[in-house]
Amino acid sequence: MTLASTLAAASGPPEPGPGSFLLPPAFSIGGWEVNKPEIFLTLSAVIAFGLVYAMARKSAVVPSRLQFAGELVYDFVRNGIARDNIGSKDYAKYVPYLFSVFLFVLINNFYGVFPGIQFPSMSKFAFPVALALVTWLIYNIAGIAQHGVFGYLKHQTVPAGAKGPILIALVPLEFLSNIIVRPFTLALRLFATMFAGHLLILLFSLGAAYLVTDYANSAVGIPAGILSFVIGIGVSFLDMLIMFLQAYVFTLLTAMYIGTAISDEH
Amino acid sequence: MSALLLAAAAEEEEHNPLIPEWPEIVLALVVLGILFLLVRKFVVPAFEKAYAERTAAIEGGIEDAQQAQKEAQAALEKYTAQLAEARHEAAQIREEAKEQGAQIIVELRAQAQAEAERITSTAHAQVEAERSQVLAQLKSEVGSLATDLAGRIVGESLEDEARQKRTVERFIAELEGSAN
Repeated sequence: MTLASTLAAASGPPEPGPGSFLLPPAFSIGGWEVNKPEIFLTLSAVIAFGLVYAMARKSAVVPSRLQFAGELVYDFVRNGIARDNIGSKDYAKYVPYLFSVFLFVLINNFYGVFPGIQFPSMSKFAFPVALALVTWLIYNIAGIAQHGVFGYLKHQTVPAGAKGPILIALVPLEFLSNIIVRPFTLALRLFATMFAGHLLILLFSLGAAYLVTDYANSAVGIPAGILSFVIGIGVSFLDMLIMFLQAYVFTLLTAMYIGTAISDEH
Repeated sequence: MSALLLAAAAEEEEHNPLIPEWPEIVLALVVLGILFLLVRKFVVPAFEKAYAERTAAIEGGIEDAQQAQKEAQAALEKYTAQLAEARHEAAQIREEAKEQGAQIIVELRAQAQAEAERITSTAHAQVEAERSQVLAQLKSEVGSLATDLAGRIVGESLEDEARQKRTVERFIAELEGSAN
């Protein structure tokens, strides 16, 4: 965006862009300006732990409604994601991380439609990057612990049944896709979906406000504004589905990466 | 106003959403790390405990039922065995009773036989004794009778003892000789 376009934007229609994700600092501690996403990211851990602790605390044989709801989510991660992808022998070790990541991403994503917050933390690239980094470390360390350094490298780069000169092409490709690219795609997928979702909601809601206020005299201004607002609501619901899906996908891929890294067969 | 816009524009110009800010990475790592530790320490064990207890309760129930069934089976077997034993014992007792009865009959029969024989032999002996006694008595009576009779016929009293005796003996000897 050039200076001219910015100046034009001051009087013209709103143009939400990357700058919309640059929120003013809420306060500053020792030179570091703390902004809204950082506060809410921190809060998300408190919310996540508070919720699941309240659900799990009693650990009754006959669960209360609250515990039942918690077990529904916990079961989803434990059995649906961890056990199915890592295998019933080793999955238990990874359940705490997978459960934490799932809750963490889910809550931070749903901030995007939560009234008063309305900003998905994961649209700040640094946060998905941090998560992807942890996942990358976990599955690689798990694989190395299982197979040894060279065994693990062979496990990840030599596909089953591949022999001869084809390996010259395959090994670098497999290394690239299994070791190098995975954390980037993991982080980018989460970031981009949240970023795009937030941008769409911004576009339709700001557009609606602009049309209704600035074009109130024109014949199409108010109906177009209302239409934009309605579409914005629709997009919000779509975005909620994506928020859940991305939390699921991130956890699922983490589990799959761990599962393939420590698997015996090759 | 324009200065503020300019500043904002400059900031937007700088901002590339794909360049992560490292303090935010650190923040996310720390927050996720704390969440992970708390979840691992308090939440997952609590859920797993509930699961384990539930599994134990269900398995315990099944085990109890199996135990009860096993006990019932054992009791049934025991009673069946006892019943069979009792039947066997009863049969044995009946058998023994039969045997004993038969034996008693045999013994009694033998006893009765012996008794009968004894009575018979006693009777025989008595009859024999009586006969010989009668015979002896008869002998002496026959002597005196004969003597009396002979004395009356002869008309003389055979008072002489020696003669009398001799005469009788001779008579009897004659009788015996004629009998032979």
